[in-house]
Amino acid sequence: MKSAVITFPGSNRERDMARALKLVSGREPAMVWHGESELPTGTDLVVLPGGFSYGDYLRCGAIAAHAPIMTAVRNHARKGGLVMGVCNGFQILCEAELLPGILQRNAAMKFICRDVHLKIERSDTPFTRGYNAGQVIRVPVAHGEGSYFASEGTIGRLEAEGRVLFRYTDAEGKRDPNWNVNGALNSIAGVLNEKLNVLGLMPHPENHVESAVGCTDGRGLFAGLIAHFAQAA
Amino acid sequence: MIPNEPTITPELVAEHGLKPEEYERILQLIGREPTITELGIFSAMWNEHCSYKSSKIHLRGLPTSGPHVIQGPGENAGVISIGEGLAVVFKMESHNHPSYIEPYQGAATGVGGILRDVFTMGARPIACLDALSFGDPKHPKTRHLVSGVVAGIGGYGNSFGVPTVGGSMRFHERYNGNNLVNAMAVGLAETDKIFYAAASGVGMPIVYLGSKTGRDGIHGASMASAEFGEDSESKRPTVQVGDPFSEKLLLEACLEIMARDCVIAIQDMGAAGLTCSAVEMGAKGDLGVVLDLDKVPTRETGMTAYEMMLSESQERMLMVLKPEKEKEAEDIFRKWGLDFAIVGQTTPDKRFIVRHGGQQMADLPIKELGDEAPVYDRPHTASPRLPVIDPASIDAPIPHGEALQKLLASPDLCSKRWVWEQYDHLILGNTVQRPGGDSAVVRVKEGPKGLALTTDVTPRYCEADPFEGGKQAVAEAWRNLSAVGAKPMALTDNLNFGNPERPEIMGQLVGCIQGIAAACKALEFPVVSGNVSLYNETNGRAILPTPTIGGVGLLDDFSKSASIAFKAGDELIVLLGETKGWIGQSLYLREICGREEGAPPPVDLMGERRTGDFVRDLIEENFVTAVHDLSDGGLLVALAEMALASGIGAKIYGPPAFLTEHGFWFGEDQARYVITIKPERFDDLAARARTAGVPVRRIGMTHGNAILLPGERPILLDALRERHEGWLPTYMAAAAN
Repeated sequence: MKSAVITFPGSNRERDMARALKLVSGREPAMVWHGESELPTGTDLVVLPGGFSYGDYLRCGAIAAHAPIMTAVRNHARKGGLVMGVCNGFQILCEAELLPGILQRNAAMKFICRDVHLKIERSDTPFTRGYNAGQVIRVPVAHGEGSYFASEGTIGRLEAEGRVLFRYTDAEGKRDPNWNVNGALNSIAGVLNEKLNVLGLMPHPENHVESAVGCTDGRGLFAGLIAHFAQAA
Repeated sequence: MIPNEPTITPELVAEHGLKPEEYERILQLIGREPTITELGIFSAMWNEHCSYKSSKIHLRGLPTSGPHVIQGPGENAGVISIGEGLAVVFKMESHNHPSYIEPYQGAATGVGGILRDVFTMGARPIACLDALSFGDPKHPKTRHLVSGVVAGIGGYGNSFGVPTVGGSMRFHERYNGNNLVNAMAVGLAETDKIFYAAASGVGMPIVYLGSKTGRDGIHGASMASAEFGEDSESKRPTVQVGDPFSEKLLLEACLEIMARDCVIAIQDMGAAGLTCSAVEMGAKGDLGVVLDLDKVPTRETGMTAYEMMLSESQERMLMVLKPEKEKEAEDIFRKWGLDFAIVGQTTPDKRFIVRHGGQQMADLPIKELGDEAPVYDRPHTASPRLPVIDPASIDAPIPHGEALQKLLASPDLCSKRWVWEQYDHLILGNTVQRPGGDSAVVRVKEGPKGLALTTDVTPRYCEADPFEGGKQAVAEAWRNLSAVGAKPMALTDNLNFGNPERPEIMGQLVGCIQGIAAACKALEFPVVSGNVSLYNETNGRAILPTPTIGGVGLLDDFSKSASIAFKAGDELIVLLGETKGWIGQSLYLREICGREEGAPPPVDLMGERRTGDFVRDLIEENFVTAVHDLSDGGLLVALAEMALASGIGAKIYGPPAFLTEHGFWFGEDQARYVITIKPERFDDLAARARTAGVPVRRIGMTHGNAILLPGERPILLDALRERHEGWLPTYMAAAAN
């Protein structure tokens, strides 16, 4: 799997992402500066990492969505290539309209860093084939603006089309307002685009890939992606 | 010709925080009346904050060397070697005055400043900690201050991208008018790539880097060198505004030019901005400096030389560049979208010259401004000794189980989860032990080494007995590092006190420093960096003396670090160290009996060392399953914290007959730890402890989901957790009263 991690001014989890990709896939991802206009040849997976691109001034992700590299990211997605945005990356994908909806301030109006339980809603996507449908994993969140919001119609369509991939739940996989860490609509933590090749999620699976540091529940995402590309090859 | 408007009057001199005798000294030094710009420069350099004039002669008594110390106090931060060519760079610094006036920006720029101190030296920051002191929870301002300070620390650190892994938070009415924000940053560098502030070489270009200069923060350092009166709120314009986004860019750009070997010397612009950084680089290198202010990037028009020299705009650096690398360095800064301007050069004559608009605005001797600034030996009187309180003279007013629950839900002992969940404590992916334990543990690069980090001080002990309190602050940091299995390496001290012109306050400062020095010597735990914050008082009422200690320890294998959580049921709980039932200045006495009295617990430094070394060996050998140090609240509080961290309860045995029950359960004797072991290993443990000279006592067994005290009702952990974790969120959610 050849992956490319896009770095914007103010990205700050790009190293965490690169390290997780390297650890699980054995291969260093390419670090691509926002000012570039092309992705490295043969890129399989594009990752938009967490952080505060452009300081999150104006609106989270709004400026980064117009960075030069985003044209190449759009083209990659249009051709069916896989794109994953984590945290700020999710916000950028929404601002770039590669994903529907927006991320609002957390319901508690505070930044929250803690482990959450995520239910994997389906396992038949390239991003989740390393998990079982209905499986609950533990990964951290670290954001101030992660409350997913979209119009009623959009939410209805996302649900009907099976495009809600991750949901905040309790440890048993039950939806519960107490476990909906940021007050997201329908406890949505991650969504897919129509073609199921673009994913945005708020939590950080890249921070849970080693037993010595947290746990390994996030590994499945990367392992699944590797399996997907291994099979495709 | 130096223009001289306005005329310097005694009022103007006083407004600049300079004493008449200090002004006399200025006149003697330069042989004429200073310009207003020069007066501003003197006030910036000779204030307490920058010159350490009241504390310097006492700080000289601190042990600052050791085989692994690469750089002691005097640079931007301290540096120690951790082997294999790696160095840890760290420092703690206060941002007290600004955080009271404007809590969000004050705390945010405190974090920004200490991060710059660390990456100025060539280190990539890997962790932050914050020690916070607030006023009485009932005081109408406290909630606002807590909310702003915590949000500001998070707002800066989270965006910059450094994990905030630990710290502490306390409440006491003596901080009502002066809250404390002590921020510590820790970075990692290569031992042969450390950058220093001392300039070298004549005619070298001096480069301005980072954000533009504005009118914010003018006189910030002078503000931090005076006590507050009724008008403290009006000082808001002296607080700077933080921009973590620019700081992150500055970090990456600085590390990039350092990696390309462009830098001769580098100094961040913190307190007193351009003045302090330029003077320090020149003075430390025994060189003069000429600055041309017309070249300084400004974000406002019409700034005067005075304003530019005293601005504390954030996210700026000053650097002496290798001339042949000018183009390369400039390209790097342009790539990161940052300002880069050559604003001056080094000269051979040890003068500090400032030019602006074709005129010379200042021409001063640089050494006297910098490292030869005035030093005072202020009068000091020792604090009166307080009586030792006999625990038998106290009647336990409520059952012990009830006292335990009350203590765990008290402002100082309640869970600080509400705070640290607002800090990204996981970014960089190296956080092995998260906040809430004895020390945070972070992995070094890919391991196996790890660093243990902690901040400690018990201000009520320092108030009652500055010497013992100073000792205790160091000993507790040392103990917290040992409790996770780390070898304590070095510390940074952040000394927060009241007005040093009052002999009793000066006495506290002197006593605490002597106590710190004694403990550092006995524990071989040198001071490598620090900061002094004086004048923390309002209307003549000072804070509790608060010498915060930031400790750094080294683990050869981070995966062996011990944690406080019980690991399984039916394990034996053992107390290590001697218990006398010291009740004076204990939280039990304060929270349960309503008395804040007596002498604090003395620290037997040799006992501390024996017990700590013993514990560290046990951890290294995987002999123990859990470890917790004993501090505020004593034995039962420690046991309850271990239970809460795990969800496993404990069945506790009765206290020894020779001690009072409350003294045994809640006394705050020092040099103690609680450990758990497999029960069959007790005989082995006891034999080893005897050899090591460490008292041991069986306390109980891990068991079930409640704490069972002899003869009392079970305390269910779920209910206890609700109280322990509930206090702070409930308090913060309540409407301001």
